[in-house]
Amino acid sequence: MILGHGAAVSLYPRLAWYGFRRHATYWAAALAGAFTNTVFGVLRAYVLIALWQARPGLGGYDVAGVVTYTFLTQACIGPMQLFGGGLDLPQRIRTGDVALDLVRPASLQLWCLSEDLGRAAYLFVARGAPPTLLGALLFGIVAPHAPAAFLASVALGVVVSFGWRYIVALATCWVMDDRGLAVFSLVVTTFFSGLMLPLAIFPGWFGSLARALPWSAMAQVPADVYLGTAGPARALAFQAMWAAVLLALGALMTGAARRKVVIQGG
Amino acid sequence: MIRTYALLAWAWTRAAAQYRVSFALMTAGAFVIGGLDIAVIWIIFANTGSLAGFGLTEVMFLYGASELAFALADLLFGSVDRISQQIRAGTLDVMLIRPASPWVQMATDRFTPHRIGRAVQAGTVLGIGLARLDIPLTRAWMVPVMVVSGIVIFAALFTLGGALQFLLTDATEVASAFTYGGAMLNQYPLSVYDARIVRGLTFVLPLAFVNWQPGLYVLGRPDPLGLPSWTGLLSPAAALALAAVAALAWRAGIRRYRSTGS
Amino acid sequence: MIEADGLGRTFTVRRRVVHAVRDLTFRVAAGEFVACLGPNGAGKSTTIKMLTGILTPTSGRVRVAGLDPSRRRTALARRIGVVFGQRTTLWWDLPLRDSLELVRLLYKVDRKMFRERLDEMCDLLDLGGFLGTPVRQLSLGQRMRGDITAALLHDPAVLVLDEPTIGLDVVSKAEVRAFLRRLNSERGTTVLLTTHDLGDVERLCRRVLLIDHGRLAFDGTVEGLRATAPGRASIEDVVADLYLRSRTTPRTPPAPRPAADEPSGTA
Repeated sequence: MILGHGAAVSLYPRLAWYGFRRHATYWAAALAGAFTNTVFGVLRAYVLIALWQARPGLGGYDVAGVVTYTFLTQACIGPMQLFGGGLDLPQRIRTGDVALDLVRPASLQLWCLSEDLGRAAYLFVARGAPPTLLGALLFGIVAPHAPAAFLASVALGVVVSFGWRYIVALATCWVMDDRGLAVFSLVVTTFFSGLMLPLAIFPGWFGSLARALPWSAMAQVPADVYLGTAGPARALAFQAMWAAVLLALGALMTGAARRKVVIQGG
Repeated sequence: MIRTYALLAWAWTRAAAQYRVSFALMTAGAFVIGGLDIAVIWIIFANTGSLAGFGLTEVMFLYGASELAFALADLLFGSVDRISQQIRAGTLDVMLIRPASPWVQMATDRFTPHRIGRAVQAGTVLGIGLARLDIPLTRAWMVPVMVVSGIVIFAALFTLGGALQFLLTDATEVASAFTYGGAMLNQYPLSVYDARIVRGLTFVLPLAFVNWQPGLYVLGRPDPLGLPSWTGLLSPAAALALAAVAALAWRAGIRRYRSTGS
Repeated sequence: MIEADGLGRTFTVRRRVVHAVRDLTFRVAAGEFVACLGPNGAGKSTTIKMLTGILTPTSGRVRVAGLDPSRRRTALARRIGVVFGQRTTLWWDLPLRDSLELVRLLYKVDRKMFRERLDEMCDLLDLGGFLGTPVRQLSLGQRMRGDITAALLHDPAVLVLDEPTIGLDVVSKAEVRAFLRRLNSERGTTVLLTTHDLGDVERLCRRVLLIDHGRLAFDGTVEGLRATAPGRASIEDVVADLYLRSRTTPRTPPAPRPAADEPSGTA
């Protein structure tokens, strides 16, 4: 199959649409996930309210702001796959099917990204809306500061998240134990994305480091853009920078993987 | 039942030992994941001296007691709430044709001792908390009782979560809201939550008896809701009541089991 | 040995009640060798699962070795052996020998009897070469022989096999068949198997139960089955005829299968 220019243009949107549709068939699982994300959101909200009652204005948030932060970051779990997964790649590497993917006349990375964007679009609605709405009903959340910039920030966050998960998945080509890698990714992502606590209250140099790492682009930054606690232009530039770095790294690894699989035969 | 448990757990441990690197990484991973919760508590108390009326030492005690119970329940029985995977793979059929309780077979399924790391960590936090609190022996005897009751309560929750999956095979994450949610809930003093939630956790789903009510007794502090101090001593009774409910739900689940296509 | 009276099982699929098996009545005497035939989705597996205690019937009465399978599941497990052609009852990562030892302990078979049984099975099924191999590395034929051994260690009175020859090569198939025939004739073990392979039926069974649309469509000897369509050369054609004739009436869908792999992610 030779892909002409026109085919390549329509291929990736079509893959995104398939990704969307495929995940839409698991609506029960998505609803269950949304339910769990909401329950945890409620628990986190109470703990953070207690902390903010002791220290009003901590990290630049007021109580309403930190409640909003909690439910927004819980809503990010699905679309950003903060607990890992979402890609078929590790499975395909384990079974050796990846060799077929690598010889396709289309970029493996773009292929996966397209499918992942479709997945994220579905989960943004199915797993993002319920925690946000329930948070609004139970506690009241503030209105978005810059809605358009927030949506752009979520989209960029998905790309950063994909860039990271793609690297982790592809690393399975070299590190035989993908479960260990998955655990490592889970730990750094949940902690440094701002899912457990706002990174703004991480103390000292540890906080500065956490805020500069790519994982903050997956939950902390979109939430800050929503709340207006971060300037949209700077925040989006930060996310775009990490998206570019991770995608470039992923592209280099794809090349190396292709040489390894095609030349050495796996 | 205990013999069967030991037999199967040992078989799975030997099977897991075949993958040494994976085993080492998972052990380290379990340790680090448990460490994250401690890091969160550390960051919270780096920002405040007290949370909902409780200081760091008291929170360490409450966290350690609940987390130790949860980690041990998870190590011993946590696989029970993975039953939807077994249903999908058809392996529950195999468990049902053996002359052993499917619950014991589920609990030991893919048993690996690596989750002990989290229990060790929680035990350490509990130990440090207790050492700093200076609790008289007349109340300290309640600590082991509350940990054992906590194990039973969490084991019952895992079982209820498993039983729920006979109904909701496609929506297994709902069960995590109760099991892992229950564990997270008890990491902080329940005075953090709305009084209505705490009442629900006392009288409906008795999670308050894992560490909150008995913890208040051990700490010698009055209940913010005004319940008498001996309420904490009811933990074993609450644990047994929940275990009975879980056992009934599990039996009902097995009877409703539909098996897969072929 | 097996008694089913008006046995039925319904499933609710999207609020519609589906009868996977209905009003099934038959008896299997001790020492019989019976094949259960039927097209895909006819209710064979559902029947087998009700006989072994995996599924609870929604109507009717069933007794296997004198026990109600769903109520006396563990007691029954000690009296019957079950083999699934499509999945193993052994431990994937353990060597076959350790798996069998575990089965011995689970079924509380004493050591002496275990040794005798195992020696006998090693002889008959030629297990010697791969007792030390982890189950995941066994070929399908080897695995099936291991599974049959595991199902027979406690010397059950009834052996139930769900598609035991599926996917086996010609040699393995012949070995398994020869073994089952011997088991039935020498030990007098009652055998009930489901199959799509009519070679199994012709070479092994005196009696055939044909299940279609969840009902018993034929119960009799292989010769009797052949007589239903005189002029047909092979038993295969006879059965194909029967299946085709029944296709005019709508078929019960198979028991519901939950979604395979969902996207991951928890909490």
